Amino acid sequence: MQSLTNRFQPVDRSPMTIWEKMYIPAIAKGMGITFSHIFKKNPTIQFPEKTRPFSPVFRGLHILNRDEEGRENCTACGLCAVACPAEAITMEAAERLPGEEHLYREEKYAAKYEINMLRCIFCGFCEDACPKDAIYLSESFMPSDYLRSQFIYKKEDLLIPDPKEDPEAYKKALGNRASQKKQKD
Amino acid sequence: MNGILLNIDWPFLIEKLVLIAIVVSISLVVAMYTTFAERKVAGLLQDRPGPNRAGPFGILQPLADGMKLFFKEEIIPNFSSKALFVLGPGLAMLTAIMTSAVIPWGDKIILPGGREMQLQIADVNIGILYVFAVVSLGVYGIMVGAWASNNKYSLMGGLRAASQIISYELALGLSLIALLMFTGTLSLKEMVVQQQQGGWGGLLSWNILKQPLGFFIFLVCAFAECNRTPFDLPEAENELIGGYHTEYSSMKLGFYLFSEYVNMFISSAVMVTLFFGGYDIPFLNEANLAVNTAAILGVVAFFIKIACFLFLFIWVRWTIPRFRYDQLMHLGWRIMIPLALFNMMATGAAILFFNK
Repeated sequence: MQSLTNRFQPVDRSPMTIWEKMYIPAIAKGMGITFSHIFKKNPTIQFPEKTRPFSPVFRGLHILNRDEEGRENCTACGLCAVACPAEAITMEAAERLPGEEHLYREEKYAAKYEINMLRCIFCGFCEDACPKDAIYLSESFMPSDYLRSQFIYKKEDLLIPDPKEDPEAYKKALGNRASQKKQKD
Repeated sequence: MNGILLNIDWPFLIEKLVLIAIVVSISLVVAMYTTFAERKVAGLLQDRPGPNRAGPFGILQPLADGMKLFFKEEIIPNFSSKALFVLGPGLAMLTAIMTSAVIPWGDKIILPGGREMQLQIADVNIGILYVFAVVSLGVYGIMVGAWASNNKYSLMGGLRAASQIISYELALGLSLIALLMFTGTLSLKEMVVQQQQGGWGGLLSWNILKQPLGFFIFLVCAFAECNRTPFDLPEAENELIGGYHTEYSSMKLGFYLFSEYVNMFISSAVMVTLFFGGYDIPFLNEANLAVNTAAILGVVAFFIKIACFLFLFIWVRWTIPRFRYDQLMHLGWRIMIPLALFNMMATGAAILFFNK
């Protein structure tokens, strides 16, 4: 048979020589190999204490962004829901009332915003579709849970911490991805 | 009545009971930490850290494992013979520990009252025969448990264990006969004393130098007797699920697994005693030291030697794959026994030739 690569090697089926039948040299060789591994560096990362850095294009759990004054960016336009191939996003819009200007950036906001994380495929199309810089895929995992109902993330679960009250948590939640995107735009 | 009680050598009795308690608990602790060492060494050999979460460096891991086994649900299958099912693991553990009685753990120490205390539970003059007797009994623990489980996999495991241990016992015994020709004694204590005298601080009189082939046969057979890889066919997971302990759960399973490690410890101790000078420290004349210091150093040396053997057991386990059953029998009957016989003849001839 013609081999596809030149890495082909015929199997040696000749009977074992006495040297091979003794087993001992082969065993000694094997033990030498395992022993040499004691001195090798092990690649383990002690997980909960240390984490491996994510790839720059990693798409994790969603966050709903706020602007610098802590106001929600989302205007409930529904473009993300339209873009979503898994139909995981649902929202209800509401009108901003006078006196709520410190909460919402524009006159319309999402009163209800839900993502079904069991449907979501983390493709990031919502992020691309958003004209208001309001939704990002962050660099965190989705935690596991026992109930299906727990995987429908409400607005409270998705909203990023307020940059005025807790700037550190805000920065951490935003991660590298959002800043990279800003630079690209 | 009083007379009988007074006639008993009470200090002797108490001394021996204390020694038994110490030896048994040390055996158990060492076996416990061998399970930990096994996992750590396996990690080292496979480029990973091994258990490191329970306590600093994971040193509480064996305790956690034990706790887990204790709290597991105990299942006794209703188609099993209940009495035998319970007896099995107990028997395995009992026979594993019993061998420790004749091993000389160290030289004598002098107690504060001026009383001499031998660091050996019983210096019987047929020590090595006793070891043999108890080791052969060890198979009953496995067989009884396997039979009582009323499970085909268990039965297969039990059968394999029985035939394997019986086959390798022959070669084990034959390899020892050659050794006994040299020593001329069956007492383990006396063998150690013999190995302490000789050139190079006793190193040259170690039996390993007189009987390298005998030692090799003994070592291979010890692996087979302990059911350790590459001879762990009784529990061969990929063919027999769990072998003889398929039906066992909770601490009964723990006893079976644990008795394997106790066996490893004891057979390492026997090998050290027979071939590596026991508690003898090479390049050190024990007679120059105070009796107690010498004894304690001797015990430490003994345990260091045992630790090396335990490492060997573990190292081999994580290197060599399991034999096929026919290969095992072939090795036992057609290679080990003729080799042991040859060794015996050669030794006999050498003794005859050089003593003339």
